[in-house]
Amino acid sequence: SFYCHSSLTPELKTTLDKVVSSQKVVLFMKGTKDFPQCGFSNTVVQILRSLNVPFETINILENEMLRQGLKEYSSWPTFPQLYIEGEFFGGCDITVEAYKSGELQELVEKAMCS
Amino acid sequence: MGVTKEQVHSTLTSKLSPIHLEVIDTSGGCGASFAVEIVSEQFEGKRLLERHRLVNGALAEEMKDIHALSIKKALTPEQWKQQQESENSKTAA
Repeated sequence: SFYCHSSLTPELKTTLDKVVSSQKVVLFMKGTKDFPQCGFSNTVVQILRSLNVPFETINILENEMLRQGLKEYSSWPTFPQLYIEGEFFGGCDITVEAYKSGELQELVEKAMCS
Repeated sequence: MGVTKEQVHSTLTSKLSPIHLEVIDTSGGCGASFAVEIVSEQFEGKRLLERHRLVNGALAEEMKDIHALSIKKALTPEQWKQQQESENSKTAA
């Protein structure tokens, strides 16, 4: 069946390893930072903007292989997906929670200085 | 094929044995978008990311048909008790 077939090829994994560490903060989302196409993605964009942090966004709606592969790569079933310093941080709810507690700002500041 | 609120509720109940569980249908009835509040002993000693992974993992089958799942709360019984007490004291004040 469809689900037995892995979308995360070794090539895609290598590419993703590079992409998530290309910038300190990388967001895989529906749409772009200037035109988010989903409320959850928009929420995370607004949070990153308010933290005044440089970040890269990648539109997963434009690449179905990337979209499926990423779910396996991060073992996370939904989008947006936020990466900080090459490491998966969480989806929308986790990001909102960490923003409210101040943990996100701390982590991002640490990442920028490293 | 849609997923029902009852289905989400019963899967989470059987896999995470929560002491408190609230599943809210946020789809306006089409059954593919939910918000969840869950309190379980299985969250003890786990970071938020790991707790959310547990919830997502429990719903792996359903996730294929769910468009959006928002985990509003994933607390341990102890945290839940504290949160309720602080809410009660606010209302009383």
